[in-house]
Amino acid sequence: MQPAAASPVIEFRDVSCRVAGTLVLSGFNLQVQSGETLVLLGRSGSGKTTSLKLVNRLLTPTSGEIRVKGVSNAEGDVIRLRRSIGYVIQDVGLFPHFTVEKNIGLVPRIEGWPEERVRARVFELLQMVGLSPDLASRKPHELSGGQRQRVGVARALAADPEILLMDEPFGALDPLTRDELQREFLLLQQRLHKTVVFVTHDLREALRIGSRIALMEAGRLVTVAEPREFLRSTDPLASAYVRAFGDGLESAANRGTS
Amino acid sequence: MSVFRFMWQNHGQVLELTLEHLRLVGLSALFAMLIGIPLGIAIAHRPRFNKPVLASANIIQTIPSLALFGFLLPVPWLGERADRLAILALTLYALLPIIRNTYTGIRGVDPAVVEAGRGMGLTESQLLFQVELPLAVSVILSGVRVAVVISVGLATIAAAIGAGGLGEFIFRGLAMVDDRVILAGAIPAALLALVADFGVGWLERRLQPR
Repeated sequence: MQPAAASPVIEFRDVSCRVAGTLVLSGFNLQVQSGETLVLLGRSGSGKTTSLKLVNRLLTPTSGEIRVKGVSNAEGDVIRLRRSIGYVIQDVGLFPHFTVEKNIGLVPRIEGWPEERVRARVFELLQMVGLSPDLASRKPHELSGGQRQRVGVARALAADPEILLMDEPFGALDPLTRDELQREFLLLQQRLHKTVVFVTHDLREALRIGSRIALMEAGRLVTVAEPREFLRSTDPLASAYVRAFGDGLESAANRGTS
Repeated sequence: MSVFRFMWQNHGQVLELTLEHLRLVGLSALFAMLIGIPLGIAIAHRPRFNKPVLASANIIQTIPSLALFGFLLPVPWLGERADRLAILALTLYALLPIIRNTYTGIRGVDPAVVEAGRGMGLTESQLLFQVELPLAVSVILSGVRVAVVISVGLATIAAAIGAGGLGEFIFRGLAMVDDRVILAGAIPAALLALVADFGVGWLERRLQPR
């Protein structure tokens, strides 16, 4: 599986992180390869979100380092780093006072793209995430939850970042909408081949979306496996997860986009 | 209706004192915003300082206005002119609502929105001017509105130290035991307060983010 020659796009090297006195991540080592969707799976408090925020430096590690495209992310300008990484969160965090168009076009605009290029990009992205161009002039509160999350994804993709960080992006959606967005995400990823780190506590989602699944517990990495391997894992925690989610997981692991 | 006859007969002075009054209130509100809004932003971002700053503003608010005017009288440059003194005192009183509402407004911005903005690579100043302030503006303005309305009333007392304004009619009327003269100061002051309340309220609604 591991392309030996290619260096990982994101690499955690012996990372520990203490937040407000508690150790939320310890001795964490992980490599994310170019173009894969690595899912961080685990229950709340297991350190998934912390790991994600360490990548774009919303948090700084207590020890160890995180390398992004071969360079420690502690070096260089944090603003540059963040603009080169797309970020999607569960609460979406759309700017309520901006229209959809302004939300999506924000980073390209502050990066100084010419206005017509920004507009063209916004409409391209709206189409890409399956939204009608009519929505461009709406405000976020006029959209449904699913539409908002699509705008969130479009916004993260706006400046065409190589890396995408997604923190339970579909967690707050109803099952039908979630299913739809997962399917569209897979289709999108087939075209774009972004390097994605995707946080979820939903095993079914992890199996469907992930090219590899990293299981976390209490701030440690338990195991990393491809979806099919994961189902047969002998690791006690992994198999406990599989049991808890019950039947029908095989079909999820077949990664159906249908 | 003799009040209105009195006001008409003295309309020149009514107008002059009203303008003086407006100047006291306007300048002090301006200074209070220039100090209070940045201070409110600062304590919203550094919660350690929020208690001492708000407590100080609170204490100022509890000093009786006449006493505050009196305390400031011996201050060198300020004490030379009563209007300077009055503007300082009114500024100090206006600080609390402005600082507190700025603080509340900024703290009230959805943390997810701020985090998303920061994660997307907005600088701290882009975050402040494009996200936090636009979303907090109506809360901040409602603090300004309270401050201005209070100032209009308080500024009448400034006449006691000779700073002018509509308080002159009120104090003169008290001395003369003449209701007409008191009302010639009180009615325009009340109208000013209403207009200010309505004006800033209108601005507040216009600038509401959604």
